[in-house]
Amino acid sequence: MSGTAYLIRGATLPDGETTDLLVREGRIAERGAGLSDRGAIPVDAAGLRALPGLVDLHTHLREPGFEQSETVLTGSRAAAAGGFTTVHAMANTFPVQDTAGVVEQVAALGAAAGYATVRPVGAVTVGLAGERLAEIGAMARSRAAVRVFSDDGKCVHDALLMRRALEYVATFDGVVAQHAQEPRLTEGAQMNEGALASTLGLAGWPAVAEEAIIARDVLLAEHVGARLHVCHLSTAGSVDVIRWAKARGIAVTAEATPHHLLLTEQLIAGDAALDPDAVGHRGYDSRLKVNPPLRRDEDVRALRAAVADGTIDIVATDHAPHPVESKECAWAEASFGMVGLESALSVVQAALVDPGHLDWGDVARVLSRTPAEIGRVPGYDAPFAPGSPAHLTLVDPTARRRFGRAQLRGRGVNSPYLGRELPGRIVATFHAGVATVLDGELQTLPTPTDHEVA
Amino acid sequence: MTGLRHLLASADLDRASAIALLDTAEDMADVATRRVPKLPTLQGRTVANLFFEDSTRTRLSFEAAAKRLSADVITFSAKGSSVSKGESLKDTAQTIAAMGIDAVVLRHAASGAARVLAESAWIDAAVVNAGDGTHDHPTQGLLDAYTMRKARHGADSRGQGLDGLRVTIVGDVLHSRVARANLGLLPTLGARVHLVAPRTLLPFGAEQWPVTTSSDLDAAIADAPDVLMMLRIQQERMHAAYFPHEREYAGFWGLDEERFARLHADTMVMHPGPMNRGLEISAAAADSERSLVLDQVANGVAIRMAVLYTVLSGGRHAGAREAGAA
Ligand SMILES: [Zn+2]
Repeated sequence: MSGTAYLIRGATLPDGETTDLLVREGRIAERGAGLSDRGAIPVDAAGLRALPGLVDLHTHLREPGFEQSETVLTGSRAAAAGGFTTVHAMANTFPVQDTAGVVEQVAALGAAAGYATVRPVGAVTVGLAGERLAEIGAMARSRAAVRVFSDDGKCVHDALLMRRALEYVATFDGVVAQHAQEPRLTEGAQMNEGALASTLGLAGWPAVAEEAIIARDVLLAEHVGARLHVCHLSTAGSVDVIRWAKARGIAVTAEATPHHLLLTEQLIAGDAALDPDAVGHRGYDSRLKVNPPLRRDEDVRALRAAVADGTIDIVATDHAPHPVESKECAWAEASFGMVGLESALSVVQAALVDPGHLDWGDVARVLSRTPAEIGRVPGYDAPFAPGSPAHLTLVDPTARRRFGRAQLRGRGVNSPYLGRELPGRIVATFHAGVATVLDGELQTLPTPTDHEVA
Repeated sequence: MTGLRHLLASADLDRASAIALLDTAEDMADVATRRVPKLPTLQGRTVANLFFEDSTRTRLSFEAAAKRLSADVITFSAKGSSVSKGESLKDTAQTIAAMGIDAVVLRHAASGAARVLAESAWIDAAVVNAGDGTHDHPTQGLLDAYTMRKARHGADSRGQGLDGLRVTIVGDVLHSRVARANLGLLPTLGARVHLVAPRTLLPFGAEQWPVTTSSDLDAAIADAPDVLMMLRIQQERMHAAYFPHEREYAGFWGLDEERFARLHADTMVMHPGPMNRGLEISAAAADSERSLVLDQVANGVAIRMAVLYTVLSGGRHAGAREAGAA
């Protein structure tokens, strides 16, 4: 409960300073060495990194409509387990989050669950159909205060509609988050286009289908003077386009997912023998099927370098839970997507921190501060400062563990990391002063009462 | 390779295993010439033909092969079932498995389906890939290799590879599992493969395969390959901007009578069937003495007998995954 006070002792902040933090009434009450507990519950953070609460700009919570995959409650529990305190719930629900009513419902479900701040993303077009603008103004003005608009899962491919969307969304200080995928170039696409896809007999998803849309969109954003956010960059060519656009002063931000920073298409050919206990992937392992697809090793390296030099602004999970039967089938029949909230920080550590691309201050930037800025989420601009909301997570970066089903706290188990050894462990997460994770254990919050939502 | 418990992809076969299979097929072909063309070898064993995609030719060939080995055959045809809304591979496999099956012959529209089934825990039977999407069709690759070896070495085929054989494959390589089946096997046996197609029908990245590629059929014919394999053009390609229309395709990449007349005397003509006469191959070429099309069909049964025999006598009841090397 936010009524409970916690005294976090000896945490190392992202900038390297070691301090105590007193969390009381939802805020950072005091910060400094040797604070006295005054009845607060002590939390020993010696050797742990304190990070600001993580903010995910790209989460699929599936509710309303696809509750067999995930609900706002289960998804925000997964978020808390991964150190997140805010998630942006993508609009491809059923009904689609294209009206004030639906986004308010999702936000209310998030508030009732209490594990994280749930910021609904509004659809750009009605029903994600790519034909007419959704009621963007009403969603922005609603109690959900939507600032990120996306047809994610689908690309706003019509150039005129995209232009209008950029302009209209800018009217409300929002941002269009584009899922960059030229639809005709990716009809039936199954994996990255290349020699491997040709060998495996899987229809190719060419890099140019992503890069061409990004190139068009940055030029549109420049032309109309609006900001643009590009979801899940996956190719080296996309990095080049974003780098060029930023050098030109275009207001574009870009994200990469943890999986595109760690995994390559080569895994789809299988790296495990027929041994059922083997760690790794069997051939055509549908857990690796994701959109955009896993790319080549040189793309992974380009993405890492781009996060390191700031060309890519943020890391976002694209957490995409699916029921088991959607993945227990042949590759072409399987759904696209993987869960990512619970593993995100570990994968970022493995892909970016341990190899030396980022320090923990950078991690705080790409996983908390900048995504909060892009989404206009208040409360993340001065983490750890007395008076700021107590959104924070404590991480043990020295831990190593075999990632398993026990780590997955949402409804989806479609994680490509099961069985893989990953670094780092979330020891505690505080959302507005509420301990959602403590001693590495997801906490049980008071059950949300039945709430009537319009 | 580690024993032949399954046959999932032609590239999984090493040279020795491939030659052993071809040699076994020689023995099986001999059976066909007997008064009673049947062996008791697989008596009491059950083979399930799981056809999620219609292919009468391949299904009949596998059925004939299983019956000549005295196996019981169950056939499941999920006709018309398509990717995404089709019968679940898992459910069907488990249903069939509950009937006590020793081998599954799987035809499926999704690439990798046979491998997914073989590596799953859904079923414990041997899996033979009878065509998966645009990925592979290993018994087709084997029967093509067998046909080429027979045409070259005749009665002295046993023990031979295809060393030095020059095979030119023409047409829709992009969508062809037959082409991939041959590509996965022929280089292993020592053959050199050349692909000829318009750029739209050559797979992206094919230059990284162990083949040469070009778009000039006339030059390829002048090069006097040992085998010219014409691939079928599917109706659905006609309207998807792979080429302007049939006549233009036939004009550049069809084995018409004029090109057929220019073929080197020793060049053999193959086609996996069914043929579009007048499109990728002329009737004269298809029915000529140099056409091996009917041999391919006949050899298919012997190859499938050899494959079923090999995976089912491979000691799966010994429990060891490595048991039963071919
Ligand atoms: Zn997306």
